[in-house]
Amino acid sequence: MAEVAIDVEGLRKRFKDVTALDGVDLVAPAGTILGLLGPNGAGKTTAVRILTTLLPPDAGTARVAGLDVVRDAAALRSQIGLAGQYAAVDENLTGFENLDMVGRLYHLGRGPSRERARELLERFSLTDAADRLTKTYSGGMRRRLDLAAALVARPPVLFLDEPTTGLDPVSRLQLWETIEARVAAGTTVLLTTQYLDEADRLADRIAVIDHGRVIAEGTPDELKDRVGGERLELTLEDYEDEPAAIEALAPLADERPKCDHGILVMPMDKSRADIAEAVRRLDDAQVGIADIAIRRPTLDDVFISLTGHAAEPAEEEDAEQREEAAA
Amino acid sequence: MSSLAYVVADTAVIAKRNLLRIPRQPDLWSSFTIQPIIFVLLFVYVFGGAIQTPGYDDYVDFLMPGIIVQTMSFGGFVTAIGLSDDLRKGLIDRFRSLPMARSAVLGGRTLADVATNTVSLVVMVGVGLLIGFNFSSTPLEVIAGFGLLLLFGYAFSWVFAFVALISKSPEGAQTLGFLVIFPLTFASSAFVPPESMPDAVEAFAEANPFSTVVDAARALFVGAPAGNDVWAAVLWSLGLIVVFAALSVHRYRRAVSS
Repeated sequence: MAEVAIDVEGLRKRFKDVTALDGVDLVAPAGTILGLLGPNGAGKTTAVRILTTLLPPDAGTARVAGLDVVRDAAALRSQIGLAGQYAAVDENLTGFENLDMVGRLYHLGRGPSRERARELLERFSLTDAADRLTKTYSGGMRRRLDLAAALVARPPVLFLDEPTTGLDPVSRLQLWETIEARVAAGTTVLLTTQYLDEADRLADRIAVIDHGRVIAEGTPDELKDRVGGERLELTLEDYEDEPAAIEALAPLADERPKCDHGILVMPMDKSRADIAEAVRRLDDAQVGIADIAIRRPTLDDVFISLTGHAAEPAEEEDAEQREEAAA
Repeated sequence: MSSLAYVVADTAVIAKRNLLRIPRQPDLWSSFTIQPIIFVLLFVYVFGGAIQTPGYDDYVDFLMPGIIVQTMSFGGFVTAIGLSDDLRKGLIDRFRSLPMARSAVLGGRTLADVATNTVSLVVMVGVGLLIGFNFSSTPLEVIAGFGLLLLFGYAFSWVFAFVALISKSPEGAQTLGFLVIFPLTFASSAFVPPESMPDAVEAFAEANPFSTVVDAARALFVGAPAGNDVWAAVLWSLGLIVVFAALSVHRYRRAVSS
């Protein structure tokens, strides 16, 4: 397999009146996770659809596992796995039947396909539900099955389009751990997400995408440095304590804590040792604390700091539908 | 494996998948069992008394071949709804991302729908016999008639596969399907003799391939004069299959789920 698993240059795609991708460059070395971070309609899904041979680009080149997504589309399909945001499993089949069908369509052969299906059901804790129709599955179980289907042929490159959107926190964490295990085993992953914490947790590198362009690219730490990291928010019991609180906490932070309407905000270092120290200092200064919260930067914070405006959902999906209707 | 072997194997996998789904979707059954029965009862006991069918002692003998042809074409709705559903739920995206034969999803779908059409056929023949229909041709002709009807039903599955692929939703596919199929089935020789229609409609009905297939079924089931209808019906069916299979597979390659 190529050293660079995903190599995209100048990718463009236009749907009638909307430009979904406006010259996108992406690189993912083999065995890493590339996070594509952006709001709804930024172009993430269009990029995934092009890279998985579902949609031809208007311009630019894209190579996945060393194969061109247009010229070598047929050969490429045996090298990739796709799990979509809609959890594309057949709800009138059982979990086992779904995976077995996918295995057969990857041409694994009857025996190996069944064996692989059982193995994956086991690994995704779906063995007990293996012979139940998937329409009886919970949302989290469907996502797990969808991801398992993407892994059937042990593809070297995996595309996950918003794999955790709409999942409860426990299922989300389980899915993250599964993805990390795949990457540890050498798989390359392109993951799209609207959640900064997800990209932060999983991705080796993140490309922030907005209106079809990559507006920032780097490691999670590099991006967070540009955005500012986690902040500690302390709600004071009494507004009048504001000056005392600021004085007490000033030595802890590089920049002076800000206070507004009795809510004091200060940057926090990664170790979180600050929290205990801050509480101790406020206690010593006899400042009462009504509430304590850690605020993590959100996608909106990233966008505000990179573009000056909040993340706005654009019309990518709608445009795609209109395009097809017009064709 | 050669690519032809892949086409056969992948089509079989998809056909099996669609067959497995049939008993698990009882809400779909009414469209290919109860609805055609209601049509039969409606025409025999409500409209039948007012319809003159010269050369037939009983309206039911005139009606049954026609209404079975209509039922076969309506079998296309099963194809359209199933395919539309797969598109909407993103399953088609998954299939298109797999290294499987490009024609297999549609080929497997339409093949499996021959099974639902067979069930419809059995139900219709059973109901017909119960309310007084008689086959008055040789057993061989009757069997040939069943074969022709299933071939025609298969052709309409391809027509409706294309309808589903150009529609935005199962509802849209159904509406478009009805717009195509109602004029075709009713302005034909299926329910009333075309001679009873106004000239322009009669001309349409005579040229309508539906009439050709209905007349062929009448020839094979009740010994009506056949002319070239049987061969013409076979050719029409094969022609529809070739044209709509090509159109559908072309469309499938670039299908987009909504």
